[in-house]
Amino acid sequence: MMAQEDKILQETPSQTVGPYVHTGLAPWAIGLDVFKTDIGAEIVGPKSKGRRITVSGRIIDGADDLVRDALIEVWQANANGIYRHVEDPKFGELEKDFRGWGRAWTNFETGKWSFQTVKPGPIKDRDGVMHAPHLNIWIVARGINIGLSTRIYFVDETDANAKDPVLNMILPEQRRQTLLAKYRDEKLKTNDYVVDIALQGDHETVFLNT
Amino acid sequence: MREYFARDHARHPPALTQDYKSTVLRSPKHAPLTLGQTISEITGPHFGQGDIGELDNDLIRNFAKDGDPIGERIILHGRVCDEGRRPVPDALIEIWQANAGGRYRHQNDGYLAPLDPNFGGCGRTMTDDAGYYRFQTIKPGAYPWPNWEPSWRPAHVHVSVFGHSFSQRLVTQLYFEGDPLIERCPIANSIPDLRTLQQLVAPLDMDTAQPSDCLAYRFDIVLRGRFSTPFENRLEGS
Ligand SMILES: [Fe+2]
Repeated sequence: MMAQEDKILQETPSQTVGPYVHTGLAPWAIGLDVFKTDIGAEIVGPKSKGRRITVSGRIIDGADDLVRDALIEVWQANANGIYRHVEDPKFGELEKDFRGWGRAWTNFETGKWSFQTVKPGPIKDRDGVMHAPHLNIWIVARGINIGLSTRIYFVDETDANAKDPVLNMILPEQRRQTLLAKYRDEKLKTNDYVVDIALQGDHETVFLNT
Repeated sequence: MREYFARDHARHPPALTQDYKSTVLRSPKHAPLTLGQTISEITGPHFGQGDIGELDNDLIRNFAKDGDPIGERIILHGRVCDEGRRPVPDALIEIWQANAGGRYRHQNDGYLAPLDPNFGGCGRTMTDDAGYYRFQTIKPGAYPWPNWEPSWRPAHVHVSVFGHSFSQRLVTQLYFEGDPLIERCPIANSIPDLRTLQQLVAPLDMDTAQPSDCLAYRFDIVLRGRFSTPFENRLEGS
């Protein structure tokens, strides 16, 4: 174990966001007009480079019912695998209008969430290890006591996925499938990816302790 | 590169807390996969003053139509720092809450207490260079909710925080000193240890209260801290 001698205070404990999360984190979802800027609306701007994609899906509970009151956030690198953060060594090469963070909620009727973005590039970690293109995901809702973290990878990145160090840690191997966004249309392979997130059940998504 | 301290899950609520009914079908059954932090976890979104409006941290005025909202006027304030007691400047804090009667401005809230035409119930702000933040609002009311049996939530404010990395992301709830409903609440008590729960109970702060205007409550927030010395990044088990 790593020594934690620099730890003087203890992290504030988590609590569920409850059923009314939209009032605070997505007032636009319920027609509540308080703030001028919707900070979570645009992951990328018009000048951001890369392949424009939509990633969408549903969130399913342990009874196979739709979770219609969840909030979901994405954090991602740009098409060249760069994060908008000072600790990314290539931070300076980013497009000005690329933010890389966004927020969505599951639709009150259909239970569907979606992000419009660009497909991230492969990411070189600090130790030189390459990670396959992925979206970092964080999910909160009523009944979720602490935010759930996971990643979404892409079905068309067969080679990169096979070498990805996080995917390769997942056993049994078939659970890796739970993180894979597939083409909505397998034949046409348009820019439309889908992935369902299962909180529980036979196809429970792999969540990460980050 | 410096990593964040591992999260101490014994201090957070477990995914499944039987007394809080909604967790039964929404709690993963598999243990989460533990990663060493990669660049995807030590980075995270950065917000600026440009993202925030002037009245965003004033819930008394940010939705007011023809007067002030009804209720007890309060200041909520405090400092955000990390586990190494380093202040966290530029942290985005978003809050939401019920009005003084215990009713949320939300289409799914059908509680019989009325909406307040002058109260929206959401606010946001950024911490300053010393990690300090401040909101002005109305003290929320307690409200009933369906659980295994009808229950009551203590007065609370939901608090969402972004630090400097996505792995510091945190959402919690602030409770008020002296509220007898806290110890009866299945959500508050999803936190296994009573002393840890005390970290969410904001004490009355008479030094900050404004004479002839409002009371104040102090709520300091601690985010995950970081090792001060760099070391090799490594995925656990590799
Ligand atoms: Fe609440």
